[in-house]
Amino acid sequence: MKIAVCIKQVPDTTDVKIDPKTNTLIREGVASICNPFDEYAVEEALLIREKHGGEVHVISMGPPQAIEVLKNALAVGADKVYLVSDKAFAGADTLATAYALSRTIQTIGGVDLVICGKQAIDGDTAQVGPGIATRLGIPQLTYVSKIREIDIEKKRIVVERLLEHGREVLESSLPALLTVVKDINEPRLPSLLGIKKAAKASIPTLTANDIGADENRIGLKGSPTWVMRVFSPEARGGSGEILTGELAEVAPLLVNKLMDTKFIK
Amino acid sequence: MARLLIDKDTCTGCESCIPACPFGALSMKEGIAVVDDKCTFCGACVDVCPVNAIILEKEDKVVTIDVSAYKDVWTFIEHEFGKVSNVSFELLGEGKKLADAIGCKLCGMLFGDKETVDKFSKEAIAYGAEKVYIMESPLLKEYRTDPYAKAAVDLIRKYKPEIVLFGATTQGRDFAGTVATTLEAGLTADCTGLDIDPETKHLKQTRPAFGGNIMATILDYPNYRPQMSTVRPKVFAMPSRDDSRKGESIRETLQMNEDQIRTKIVEFVKGTETVNLVDAEIIVSGGRGVGGPEGFKPVRELAEALGAAVGASRAAVDSGWIPYEHQVGQTGRTVRPKIYIACGISGSIQHQAGMKTSDIIVAINKDAEAPIFKIATYGIVGDLFTVLPVLTQEFKKRLGR
Repeated sequence: MKIAVCIKQVPDTTDVKIDPKTNTLIREGVASICNPFDEYAVEEALLIREKHGGEVHVISMGPPQAIEVLKNALAVGADKVYLVSDKAFAGADTLATAYALSRTIQTIGGVDLVICGKQAIDGDTAQVGPGIATRLGIPQLTYVSKIREIDIEKKRIVVERLLEHGREVLESSLPALLTVVKDINEPRLPSLLGIKKAAKASIPTLTANDIGADENRIGLKGSPTWVMRVFSPEARGGSGEILTGELAEVAPLLVNKLMDTKFIK
Repeated sequence: MARLLIDKDTCTGCESCIPACPFGALSMKEGIAVVDDKCTFCGACVDVCPVNAIILEKEDKVVTIDVSAYKDVWTFIEHEFGKVSNVSFELLGEGKKLADAIGCKLCGMLFGDKETVDKFSKEAIAYGAEKVYIMESPLLKEYRTDPYAKAAVDLIRKYKPEIVLFGATTQGRDFAGTVATTLEAGLTADCTGLDIDPETKHLKQTRPAFGGNIMATILDYPNYRPQMSTVRPKVFAMPSRDDSRKGESIRETLQMNEDQIRTKIVEFVKGTETVNLVDAEIIVSGGRGVGGPEGFKPVRELAEALGAAVGASRAAVDSGWIPYEHQVGQTGRTVRPKIYIACGISGSIQHQAGMKTSDIIVAINKDAEAPIFKIATYGIVGDLFTVLPVLTQEFKKRLGR
């Protein structure tokens, strides 16, 4: 079983705040982390390898600093990692990003399963996974919370998808692409030996040329959408009202206020 | 290739641009701003530079398609378990405004077996669709990516809408990406605002990013049509239903057979909760303060009295007190109820990312300094185990339950 996992380095949005004076984003000291959903993707690939054998190939597209998240993937046990980085990729939207990642997976070759996180916490689009699957011409199984069964011989996989109203159990042919949610596993921590090994490893960088990308399909040139404006969201109207006093008085007061909204029926 | 240029002579080294960059691509070098590879050419820095020293150069894309061939605003009519999803009606309401601003028609796009499309096309018209483009097939009775994506691609290629809107539900977000990739068109995810530029008549799509910490307005280059968006449920108001409205139906049959579909639904395991988080008008959520699985009892009792759904913070889910499907926040679900009651939840940025656009937020927490109070409409500083039972009793009394 050859598994490719796509991961992204994202700013840890915990630390991102808006400066109330200038109304701009304060980014100083914001740490970069691996997108949390992608850690579940890496872990699931490792679990499948442990059960069925095979190789785990981890890919990250981004600036040279993204090497950090790939080192971490090596430290937890990935067999091979690749940084997909080129100035020509800059400004890529989801269509162009999915194209570049699909070319990378084709360059690796012979992949039976692609796993991505449900979405990245910076862009929150959830569009790159389906985009890669479509480019590769393989089925996509999104919002996967559990893999029930993999039958390598028959090339079948059965998964549970976490939807709004419950869980859909879906069977698919392989190769396929999964996007996974948090519930699927508990990502392992790297071992000391793993960290040491990863620190020494040299990580190959793939350029647009290396993946045989069509220059019209990557970066800003291959992106149908562009960002016209970035701004701060409107603050919530007015400051909140803290109800103080004895509970016997405060509780009916709050109930009154909420009943007045007519939202409670 | 696009370029971001910083005029060395004009730059005063004021550093205004550095925190404005959402991607941390700007830094200071020898007293002037410099840009590195992380730049995505979003232009956020251009607007904040007080001396106009930053210039964003974008290559003009040659328009090679006949944009005028693309007409009308389409809304995907999503249905599940024999019912049209509310977000589809909300999008018909908003789509009508867009169609009026452009001066074109509002249309529905509906897939299903004969019985489904007959029934739901009437509903789409009652909620404002002037035309309904229908793809009919028994294979479209239940949602699956392959037949739905093919149905959309075939209809869009044939009838060429200029705008297509999908609900940002698991269904819409699953196959809209496939459709956009196949058509090589733009797709903007999870929008919370839609507008038509009065001059160009292009669609301006506004969406939150970075967990709602910033907003971005996104446009499609004119060389790519249709302009497509997935739109968050509950952002736009439900339009009124008028069953006397008349509309036209255009019916096509899906050219596909079961063998061409690569997935099979084995079963659907319905959630155990009577009210689910995404549809809920009221949510009562518990966090670290509930202290254990049994601590959700007063939370559930209040939810039951209000007909509300039960939510949870990541802390409560990670402690194993309640299953993951209840988690609200960055790594859980994004919700937008009318009333969100946060009990024993401190209100981390990640939790806020999933609930801060709720109409009314009520915070109940022992710690008066908890960040949740900063975004709360009403707050009670107190122990949830004392406060919740009193609230539940009071609501029951008022509601006669």
